[in-house]
Amino acid sequence: MITIRVNNESHQLDVTDDMPLLWVLRDILGLTGTKYGCGVAQCGACTIHIDGIPARACQLPVSLIGDRHITTIEAIGNTKEGARIQAAWLQNQVIQCGYCQSGQIMAATALLRDNPNPTDDDIDDAMSGNICRCGTYVRIREAIHQAANNA
Amino acid sequence: MPKPRDIGAVLNRRAFFQGSLALGGGMLLSGMIPGLPGAQADTGGVFNPNAFIRIDRSGGITLIMRHAEMGQGIYTGIAMLIAEELEVDLEQVVLEAAPADPSRYTDSAAGEEVTGGSASTRDSWLPLRQAGAAARIMLVAAAAARWNVLPKSCAAQHGQIIHVLTGRTLSYGDLAEEAALQKVPEKIILKDPSTFRLIGTSPQRLDTKPKSNGTAIFGMDVRVPGMKIGRIMASPVQGGRLISYDSVAVRAIAGVVDIITLPDVIAVIGDHSWAAIKGLEAANPQWDPGPHAAVSTKILMDDLRRASDRTGLVAKNTGDVDAALAACSHQIDAVYELPFLAHAALEPINTTLHIRPDGADVWVGTQVPVRARQEVANATGLPPEKIAIHNHVIGGGFGRRLDSGSIGQAARLAKQISYPVKLFWTREEDIQQDQFRPFYYDRISAGLNKQRRIAAWKHRTTGSYVTTRWAPEGLQNGLDTDTVDGATETPYAIPAQRNESVQCEPEGLTTLWWRGVGPTHNIFVVEGMIDELAHLAETDPLDFRRSMLGHSPRGLKVLNEAASKSGWGTPLPAGHGRGIALHYSFQTWAATVLEVRVTRDNDIRLIWADTAVDCGPIVFPDAIKAQIQGGLIFGLTMALYNEITVTNGRVDQSNFHDYRMMRINEAPDIRVHLVPDLSADIGGIGEVGTVAAAPALANAIFAATGRRLRRIPFVPQIAGKST
Repeated sequence: MITIRVNNESHQLDVTDDMPLLWVLRDILGLTGTKYGCGVAQCGACTIHIDGIPARACQLPVSLIGDRHITTIEAIGNTKEGARIQAAWLQNQVIQCGYCQSGQIMAATALLRDNPNPTDDDIDDAMSGNICRCGTYVRIREAIHQAANNA
Repeated sequence: MPKPRDIGAVLNRRAFFQGSLALGGGMLLSGMIPGLPGAQADTGGVFNPNAFIRIDRSGGITLIMRHAEMGQGIYTGIAMLIAEELEVDLEQVVLEAAPADPSRYTDSAAGEEVTGGSASTRDSWLPLRQAGAAARIMLVAAAAARWNVLPKSCAAQHGQIIHVLTGRTLSYGDLAEEAALQKVPEKIILKDPSTFRLIGTSPQRLDTKPKSNGTAIFGMDVRVPGMKIGRIMASPVQGGRLISYDSVAVRAIAGVVDIITLPDVIAVIGDHSWAAIKGLEAANPQWDPGPHAAVSTKILMDDLRRASDRTGLVAKNTGDVDAALAACSHQIDAVYELPFLAHAALEPINTTLHIRPDGADVWVGTQVPVRARQEVANATGLPPEKIAIHNHVIGGGFGRRLDSGSIGQAARLAKQISYPVKLFWTREEDIQQDQFRPFYYDRISAGLNKQRRIAAWKHRTTGSYVTTRWAPEGLQNGLDTDTVDGATETPYAIPAQRNESVQCEPEGLTTLWWRGVGPTHNIFVVEGMIDELAHLAETDPLDFRRSMLGHSPRGLKVLNEAASKSGWGTPLPAGHGRGIALHYSFQTWAATVLEVRVTRDNDIRLIWADTAVDCGPIVFPDAIKAQIQGGLIFGLTMALYNEITVTNGRVDQSNFHDYRMMRINEAPDIRVHLVPDLSADIGGIGEVGTVAAAPALANAIFAATGRRLRRIPFVPQIAGKST
């Protein structure tokens, strides 16, 4: 049995050690907001936080998590940066198809927590691991700036 | 009567069906006029005046969406059309995806229940406002009857009917039962545009809040009680056969439930995705590659080149092109090439099915629900009416989900088991088993007369005819007009012009619609060539275009707007260049100016873009801007990076490391300028941005470097070659 803590809830899991966190979240815990896009940490759709640090759930074996806290898109609105990012996302109408946006919001929230006033270069650095096929990048940038200004 | 559309495009059969529509005059409404097949017979106290509106006694107002939401914002745009005339607020409505039901949800202009061709708003602009208005008229009549007053003494607003003199109100819920008994209005007068409350505004999109907090359910996220999850792998060479697999190794994987196969497919089913993924790795399937094992990009290219020597079907012929060319003082003969492309939507292909002896449920995101249902019927032998298609928001369409073959494949697998199953493709499968945007090999010759004006223009395109497979009734005397869409009707006055189209199907690959369809292909060729001719004429590319647009005030307007907003003609730093492209596609005029910088080591940096758009009447301005921004990035991604290649019958690319997507640090700033002609016919928007990307970029790179790029993608031709 493996115990993990997700969104402030503990879960006992009967899964193999090598099962990536992505599939634990989606298929075992039913937290389908975290998306499968590429399976090889290229697209960022599966971005979650481990103790506040963004990570790719598709490449993270569940057995390596230990007692660190996982936060997913379903609970990121409970953090003040997460709520600000979500509000800015809606206000700027960032979202199109939305499939990548859980990951985008998780990456942007982590950026804002580390860096309350990111420059365009900071945004590039923090967000370039997240692919948006709909091409919402112009608005992602605007929304992050707006969320920072609304602090 | 609908006007003939400019596009053959995704819905090439549009032309076919419009022909039949014309006979009926005004029949655009058929199937959705209240009281016609749209309405449900048994209302049971629910007001269900047509296929798009349902109001229940408790006041719940449900709008039924016949178009798929795949990011383009259509759920909000269509809801605005209905709500405008129904006189309800967007906050008061709940949206529901339409079922597969051709009797109620056929898009009359397209000829089927389909989302594509940048046509959803165009095809809904009149009928769905009429659907809202008809319901409103019936609610007013019900209230007037209840109060025993004249209907014209009542007004509808915010989901209530008000008796104006007395201020009495009744909610739509209160009136539902009686409204259902009212006569369906025969004459519907729509609101004057000056009184629109919603149309022309930019409300919060109705689909995005759940997409911001992880609660939106895409097809990939469907969870059904008792559901298992399976990973599919098909023969990596089309036409190949599964020979063997290691079932012992598969069964050794924890959580594996079943192995099911088709002649060319294996799927491993598990309690969860990880068991399915590992199980299929363990299966180590062996394939007989079949007849296409030798196919390579080179062979396909050679086929295209050879085919392009043939005379094609003539799509346009004005003047004596050969004589006009012979008389030209300057001439350019060029070949433009556009590669096979994958769609690479971020949500991979997936279908969840529960197939039972007496019926089936299918949870999927599709642009073609009726085709999806027919696929399942064909696979299972079930009658279509016993199959429910539950459509979902789609994690990116771009044309991919206009094909339903993956749903048929899933059904042929799922009918072998009794429990519900979600069957998905990995990213690798999604790219390698995609149906690709055709390779186009375009020969073009054009010449200038002594006045340095275009005197002759000869353009022959060679490539796959998607229409032949997808909608053969849409062929016009054998011609797939999509292959010449954007080529025959250019914005410019050209005295002698011939367009030809040669069909050449790629061995071992299937082709499909891809965002921007014909115009994305042809505008690259046309606007690249116009730019080449401008430089040959030693004329500024903007002025050169202007000089040929005397007959086209809307074309001139968007061109001038994009040029002036971009600062066209003002000095740029060394290494920078501006490119311009103008087009009329999907009944919309657009011009884009793109500024790039090409560094000394030949890195292409996109600085910013200005696009001016005239799509006629505007429903949802912010969504138009978003579609242009996203569409441009979609097209720029392709122009810079993308091509699908084939070796030994297999697609070489497999994931985002070798099928590269633009990232935020590579994206330009994009400004969109709306200059609508409100008296024009309403235009489409979802594909317009993509169309201008490649030519604007090629022309900008030429301005920056003097290097003319006629083949997509650009980066491999330029990168690593220092100047």
